[in-house]
Amino acid sequence: MSAAASPRAARRAARQQATAERLAGLTLPTAPAWLKPAREAALARVAELTLPDRRDEYWSYTNPEKLISAEVRPAEVFKITDEPPMYQGIDRLKIVFVDGVFSAADSDPLAGEGLEITRLAESADIHWAKDLYGTLEAMGQSPVPRPLAALNSALATDGVLIRATGKVKRPVSLIYRRAGRDSAVTLHHVVKLEKGAELTLLENGPVAARASMVIEAEVGEGAALHHVRTMGRDHERKAVTHVFARVAEKATLKSFSLSMNGRLMRNEVMVWLAGKDGTAHVAGAALGEGAFHHDDTVFVAHQAPGCESRQVFKKVLRDGAVGVFQGKILVEQAAQLTDGYQLSQSLLMDERCQFLAKPELEIYADDVKCSHGSTSGEISADHLFYLRARGVPEEEAKLLLVLAFLAEALDEIDDEDIANDMRLRLRRWLERHSH
Amino acid sequence: MLEINNLHVKLQDEDKAILKGLSLSVEAGSVHAIMGPNGSGKSTLSYVLAGRDGYEVTDGTATLDGESLLDMEPEERAAHGLFLAFQYPVEIPGVGNMTFLRTAVNAQRKARGEPELSSGEFLKVIRAKAKDLKIDAEMLKRPVNVGFSGGEKKRNEILQMAMLEPRMCILDETDSGLDVDAMKLVAEGVNALRSEGRAFLVITHYQRLLDHIKPDVVHIMANGRIIKTGGPELALEVEENGYADILAEVQA
Repeated sequence: MSAAASPRAARRAARQQATAERLAGLTLPTAPAWLKPAREAALARVAELTLPDRRDEYWSYTNPEKLISAEVRPAEVFKITDEPPMYQGIDRLKIVFVDGVFSAADSDPLAGEGLEITRLAESADIHWAKDLYGTLEAMGQSPVPRPLAALNSALATDGVLIRATGKVKRPVSLIYRRAGRDSAVTLHHVVKLEKGAELTLLENGPVAARASMVIEAEVGEGAALHHVRTMGRDHERKAVTHVFARVAEKATLKSFSLSMNGRLMRNEVMVWLAGKDGTAHVAGAALGEGAFHHDDTVFVAHQAPGCESRQVFKKVLRDGAVGVFQGKILVEQAAQLTDGYQLSQSLLMDERCQFLAKPELEIYADDVKCSHGSTSGEISADHLFYLRARGVPEEEAKLLLVLAFLAEALDEIDDEDIANDMRLRLRRWLERHSH
Repeated sequence: MLEINNLHVKLQDEDKAILKGLSLSVEAGSVHAIMGPNGSGKSTLSYVLAGRDGYEVTDGTATLDGESLLDMEPEERAAHGLFLAFQYPVEIPGVGNMTFLRTAVNAQRKARGEPELSSGEFLKVIRAKAKDLKIDAEMLKRPVNVGFSGGEKKRNEILQMAMLEPRMCILDETDSGLDVDAMKLVAEGVNALRSEGRAFLVITHYQRLLDHIKPDVVHIMANGRIIKTGGPELALEVEENGYADILAEVQA
C-alpha cells in the first residue's frame, strides 16, 4: 500500500472505522426469527454505505451526529393537559406503542374488514412481508445513500405489517406514547395495498427521546394509501423518519406530516411512481421556535408516463428556529407527460430564523410539465394592515395570515375531519406562541 | 365628527413632509369630497387617519367624536367607527372573504362590548347586503380579493363598509379603475349607507364620481393642505378648468 493514500480514500477509511465502531456494540433483535437474513443484510448495507456526517452533501444542512450517537440524551416526557388527544371523534383502529413497546391493553384487536394486520415482532414468516421488508429501503439507497434507514431495518424492535385487500373504512391509527425520559425507539412498518385497495394510516405521538421510524409501502394498481403523521409539542424530541413508497399504475400515495416543536427532525420521503398514471402528493407543515431544527428531504422519481406528483412544504419559524427543505423531482426518460410540482416556503417570524432550501429538478424526458418554487419571507405588512384596518386585532390578524400561509399544505389532506383536527392544533400552537 | 387640525405628516424614513398643516372638519350626516392633483397628499391623509405604518405625525391633531385617532392602533380606530375603502384593496390568499369579514365584524363588536354575531345571523345579513351590491355567493367564498376584477374588489370594499357599519367612511379613489356601470353600482352602495349619523370623506381625482355621490362640501387639496373649500360647484369648476386656475388663484 502506498504511504500517501488519497484524501478521499483516507476519508473513506476513517468513516468505515467510525461506522464499524458504532456498529460493534450493537446486537440485532432476535424476533421475529424470519427477519434474521433481512436484518443482517441491512446491517451489511450500513457498513458498506457508512454512517453519514456533516461533510456529506446530503447532510450539509442538518447535522446527523445526534441521530447516530450511541448515547441517547434523555428528554423529559411532555404531558399535554390543555387539549384533547388527537383524532378523538374519528373512528379508527388504534394501535398503541409506549416507548416503542406494543401495549395490548391500550390497543384495539388487530383486525379489520379488508385488512390483515400483525405486529412485526410477533409475526410468523409472512410471504408478502418477507418480500418487502428492507427491499424498498435497499432500493432507496440510490442515488443517495440513506444509511439511517438501513440501520433502522437492522435494529427495529417492532412495527406493524399491514396488508389491505379492499377499501378499508377505518383508518389504522398508530399512537406512540412516551413513559420514560431516556427512551430510544426504532420501529419499522411494512404496508401493502393490493389492487384497488384503500387505506388511511395515521401516526401520532411523541414516540421517544430519540426515534427512528421507517415505513415501506407498496401501493398496488389502482390502490390509494393516505398517510398522515403528526409529531407534536414535546420540545426535546429527536427523530429521523423515512417513508419509502412504490406506487403502481393508477395508484395514489398521499403522505402528509405535521410537526410542532421538537429539537431535531429529519423526515425523508422517497417515492417511485413506477406505473403509468400514478399520483404522489407529499406535503408537510412544520412549526417551531428556538432550538427547533426541522428537515424535510423528499425524492420523487417519475419512472412511468402520465404520473402526477406534488410536494408542498410550509414552515413557520420563530425565535431562531431552522427549517430545511431538500426536494427533488427526477423524471426518467420513460416518464413522458409527467406533471411535477414542488413548493417549499417558510414564514420567518423574526430575523434570527433560517430557511435552507435545495429544490432540484432532474429531467430526462422531453414532454413534461414541471415547476418548483421556494421562498422565505415574513408576514406581509400590507396584508396585516388591511386586516387591522377592518378591526381585526394584530395578534388575531397574524394568526389568520399564518394559517393562510399553511393552508396550501393542509389542503393536501383529503379527509376533512383529520384536516380540521390539524387546523385546531395549529391554531392553538400559534395562539400559545404569539408574543 | 372628524376634526383635523393643522396636521403635519412626514415619511418615517425620509425627511419628506407630505401633509403641511391640513385642517378639515366633517360633520355627521355630511359628504365631503377632497379633490386634488397627483402628489397633493390625498392618499397619505387617508392612510394616516387609518393608522398605516411608515408615516410620522410631527404636528397637529385628528379626532373622531373628540377622541384622538392618532393615539390608537388601526384596529381601535376601526372599532371606533373609522373605515377606509382602499384605493388598492390587497389580495390575501388563504383567507376566505367570509371568514375575514366575520372575524372583523365580531372583533369590532367585541371591542365595543357588543355581543358577537352567530354564524347564522352573520350569514343572513351578509347575503342580503351582498345581493344589493351584486356580489355572488361564490365571491364570498373565495379568498379575500384573490382573482377579483377591479370592479369586484371595489364592490367588496363597499360590502365590508356595509357590514361594519362605520360612522366615518373614507373612500380613497374608489372610482379609479372602474367603468361607468361599476362606478354606479359602487355609488349606489355608498348612497344607501348615507344617514344622519354617518359621514363620508370621498377622495377623488375626478368630478365623475361626484355625479353619483353628491357631496355637500368640496375641498381642493394641494401640496399637503386644503387650499380651497366650497360647494358642489367647486368640483364642476375643476372638471372644466383643471386645477391650474385654482392653484394660481390661491398663490396670487
